[in-house]
Amino acid sequence: MTKKQKQMLLRIGVAFLLFFALKVFKEAEIIEGMEEFPKGFVIYLIPYFVIGWDILYKAARNICRGQVFDENFLMCIATFGAFGVGEYEEAVAVMLFYQVGEWFQSYAVNRSRASITELMDICPEYANVEIEGELRQVDPDDVEIGTVITVKPGERIPLDGIVVQGTTMIDTSALTGESVPRKAETGTEVISGCINGNGTIRVQVTKEFEDSTVSKILEMVENASSKKAKVENFITRFAKYYTPIVVCAAVLLAVIPPIVSGGSWGEWIQRACIFLVISCPCALVISVPLSFFGGIGAASKIGVLVKGSNYLEALADMETIVFDKTGTLTKGEFKVTKIFPEEKQDELLKLAYLAEKYSDHPIAQSIRDAYLERTGEKAEEKVEDAKEISGFGIQAVYRGKELLAGNEKLMKKFGIVCEQYEGAGTVVQIAWDGAFLGTIVISDTIKEGSKEAIRRLKQSGVKKTVMLTGDKKTAGETVARELGIDTVYTELLPGDKVEKVESLLEELKRGTSKEEKRAKLAFVGDGINDAPVLGRADVGIAMGSMGSDAAIEAADVVLMDDHTEKIAQVVGIARKTLRIVKQNIIFALAVKGLVLLLGAFGAANMWEAVFADVGVAVIAILNAMRALKIEKE
Amino acid sequence: MMKKKFKMQDLDCAHCAAKMEDGIKKIDGVKDATISFMAQKLTIEADDDRFEEIMAKVAKVCSKIEPDCKIVM
Repeated sequence: MTKKQKQMLLRIGVAFLLFFALKVFKEAEIIEGMEEFPKGFVIYLIPYFVIGWDILYKAARNICRGQVFDENFLMCIATFGAFGVGEYEEAVAVMLFYQVGEWFQSYAVNRSRASITELMDICPEYANVEIEGELRQVDPDDVEIGTVITVKPGERIPLDGIVVQGTTMIDTSALTGESVPRKAETGTEVISGCINGNGTIRVQVTKEFEDSTVSKILEMVENASSKKAKVENFITRFAKYYTPIVVCAAVLLAVIPPIVSGGSWGEWIQRACIFLVISCPCALVISVPLSFFGGIGAASKIGVLVKGSNYLEALADMETIVFDKTGTLTKGEFKVTKIFPEEKQDELLKLAYLAEKYSDHPIAQSIRDAYLERTGEKAEEKVEDAKEISGFGIQAVYRGKELLAGNEKLMKKFGIVCEQYEGAGTVVQIAWDGAFLGTIVISDTIKEGSKEAIRRLKQSGVKKTVMLTGDKKTAGETVARELGIDTVYTELLPGDKVEKVESLLEELKRGTSKEEKRAKLAFVGDGINDAPVLGRADVGIAMGSMGSDAAIEAADVVLMDDHTEKIAQVVGIARKTLRIVKQNIIFALAVKGLVLLLGAFGAANMWEAVFADVGVAVIAILNAMRALKIEKE
Repeated sequence: MMKKKFKMQDLDCAHCAAKMEDGIKKIDGVKDATISFMAQKLTIEADDDRFEEIMAKVAKVCSKIEPDCKIVM
């Protein structure tokens, strides 16, 4: 509670006691004539001023400044009206109820603001730098690239860098939502905003503070609220017209019926006052952005950064999702996945290792890694005259005989008949001493969560899943089948991907119905060379890959820990947020509309009007705060 | 053009924030402005060489709409 709120609470308490005392006096007839002018009027002015002096003051001040139709003014008019027609008790009660509502509203907004900023509380306060043999705390802003900083157990890593000394476990949950700590040792890259676990590490800084991951993320989150969703803009526009229209209606209501039908002025003025109280659009204006803010906060809790409420809105309507293959659904690392015939695996791998021993081709690297992994040691036997025949493979001499490792073309060249391999991946055929021995297949491996990600998206109602890849037809189709993807486009050049996404967008929006027009397309990529595609899609989702700036900048939504499974979860959050927004809009408008109608016919009193104003706002705010909560799966 | 962020103190009313935003956008030399009620922050993009003059106008607009609200410069 802020100081202001505490003071207000005290005033509400005092005013309530006074009001209650007067009520008792009246009922017990201790003071007589409390409903008469001027005695009752004067008596009731005391609690009225206690609770409402600031409203009166603000209204007067704002009128002087040319701001006529604000809440304060409306409340004054409404309560003056009640005093005017002799409803003294009601005038005080309405003001009291209004202030209670306002207080509760400010308290709720503050609370939700605090819980959201708590989520964003990843900003490091200091960095430990050794100066003249002594460890000092300095502002992270002042640390230059190349400086070695010390991060003690439990401290937040202040800047991006590489560990140069020490081992530790790092808690990345503030950034990624991932609760399992990561191991970091000499040579590991660490990013700012994470919390160091049990060990002290020394980190060489690689980025200045303003370019560091933590600054980028904070900036993004702060800017998120400036990209407004359509509903938000609609509400702002609506509010602009709503207040003047209701106020005009109030004036007409006060003036016309008494003139036309000759009714009592007091009665109609009272009805008009009800209109004035309801004319503030606060419930809508606060709760809609609050819901979106909560939704964005909830997404960031699970390690997904959404750059604006408009993207949250788009995610809720997503019907087509397009994935880039390499680096998104697959790991983008090439590994030996198959060796056959199986009984000769060890021998084949050893021969391949020896042949590729000195090659720096990525394929050679993965063969060497596979061999080391299998045997745990390097093969020391000698090979002679190793030659790389570009586009074919390697020719070498092993134990005096010719060793060949390469593609089918290489085998053909040397007149060796080999088995054809039809599956996905790159093939290395091995032959020694003129005889074909077997095949090693190297392919990209599918990420653990990819299949689950697609399944969950389909379950959540996404209509079409698409995969784009530069791979060969067979390879691409194999992966797509394994993952359960509906459509796959293969053998694409980077430029083709934009075209494909454009034609998919066109196809998606060809429909004529409102729902079809609203349908959205999302593209998921690793953000490295697909920035144009990310930009073209309705929602560009990128892998944050722990500090890839390119991805963070190009995308609308960033998956901080590269887990595609979280897309379905974010879609869930987006839909929930939109649902809450709709509930609030409908609820607020319905209650206000109803009370306006009842008020016009004289069936609503001031109490109901105040409820339609602040009461509705408070309920809408409480509902909006639900957006911040994450449902467990 | 220069982009800057300011904290807003005691910004209590979401409706007022929207009004202020509108008012600030209309000031000559302001390219864009957004007020985030939730973050209590004003982001403004305006002419570099007239920035101080513009900010003075911004403060005036804000205090007209909600006198209690202060922009922390």
